[in-house]
Amino acid sequence: MYDGKKIIPGLLIFLGLVTYPFWHNGVSGKTGYVPKPKLPVDKKECVEPKDYIRVNHKDLLDDWKSSAIRKGRRTYVASNQKRYTMSLTRTCMQCHTDRAEFCDQCHKYAGVENKCWDCHMFPKEIKKE
Amino acid sequence: MANKNSLYSIVAVVFLLLILLVGVQGLGWYLLFGVLIPYVAVVFFIVGFVYQVLRWASSPVPFHIPTVCGQQKSLPWIKADKMDSPQTTGGVVARLALDILFFRPLLKNDRIELQEPQKLLFKTSTYLWLGALAFHWSCLIILLRHSRFFLEPVPSVVLWLQWFDGIFQGLLPILYATDLIILLALSYLFIRRVVYPQIRYISLPSDYFVPLLILGIVVSGILMRLVYRVDLMQVKAWVMSMLSFHPTLPKGVNLLFYIHLFFVCLLIAYFPLSKLMHMPGIFLSPTRNLRNVSRSERHINPWDRPVKVHTYQEYEDEFREAMKEVGLPLEKD
Repeated sequence: MYDGKKIIPGLLIFLGLVTYPFWHNGVSGKTGYVPKPKLPVDKKECVEPKDYIRVNHKDLLDDWKSSAIRKGRRTYVASNQKRYTMSLTRTCMQCHTDRAEFCDQCHKYAGVENKCWDCHMFPKEIKKE
Repeated sequence: MANKNSLYSIVAVVFLLLILLVGVQGLGWYLLFGVLIPYVAVVFFIVGFVYQVLRWASSPVPFHIPTVCGQQKSLPWIKADKMDSPQTTGGVVARLALDILFFRPLLKNDRIELQEPQKLLFKTSTYLWLGALAFHWSCLIILLRHSRFFLEPVPSVVLWLQWFDGIFQGLLPILYATDLIILLALSYLFIRRVVYPQIRYISLPSDYFVPLLILGIVVSGILMRLVYRVDLMQVKAWVMSMLSFHPTLPKGVNLLFYIHLFFVCLLIAYFPLSKLMHMPGIFLSPTRNLRNVSRSERHINPWDRPVKVHTYQEYEDEFREAMKEVGLPLEKD
């Protein structure tokens, strides 16, 4: 082996980088961590089926925003023909009352930063202030 | 008209896609494509990568062969080019850093054209440099963005990078700038090899195969992000289960996810066998990582062995009498 003094440290850096997730998660101790958003106790169903909401809630909210603010249409007809008011504060947050215990659970886990909170606030947070 | 090599690669990629479609959709081999192949691919990548580098490290570099394009350091009143003909380790590091981070050598890419009437033109062509730079940097940023699926908690650096990458769009879903750039750059780099006859002539099947494979990864990734969504929570939960060696099957995903994953696995498993090894290779290029001291220091051929020499003095001593006899001039009487 030639130039081992330079090549071996280089290889060690490479190995350190590709195995970084192990070190990172090992140090934080969160490898087995699964977010547990707190679901409302008294309500059984969301606006749309759970699988749809889990993946597409961002699009739904974006549609609601455009529809309510730009077109003035505030009634949403769900796939099961139930009618809802298109409002984050008056519809979603009525059941999901705590941002930290519901929204942020998964958003933090997946590294998502959303713009909802640039304008909206949870009633609880206002009371705290 | 595309040549055979590019067609072979297209057929190969389509064939691999069919394998996946049959395996996942038809036969339902989720365990194979969701757990076994990813593990095998990662092991292949790491072991193959290290093995290849160690193999390179075991070959001697006996000759002093830095490539230079500047004045070598010589007399004090001749201005030396410290970077293009690096005399010091600092110069070597600076030159290599510019090579690796900004692909400086690609700026020397000349286009040669024969123009009427009988005029040979050399033009600097920056398209290759631009395409390569755009592709590699986007690739790096996309790779770092993906670390949000591998790290818990997600480091704030990754969040900044995401924010910066999505800065051009306030709408949903966010189309990242790098996604668009990598698509354009990769398409250019592929089409370049098909369209220009000179480059087509020197292109091998693998030169088309790798860009196509990456293109498959990029397109499936973008589609998964913009159109056919998957449940990212469950994707991350699956990654974490793989990392903790208690593998589970990915849930809440679609076929695009399996295509994306399978192509990534193919790419990293193929990595150590392919030209993609230019990643470690650039650090081990004797033409780039040696100082230009070919004249200021004495380099002795490592294969030199003692040679039996016969000097003129010894020759004269040997034949002195005979030379005297015929009257030849002698240095020493």
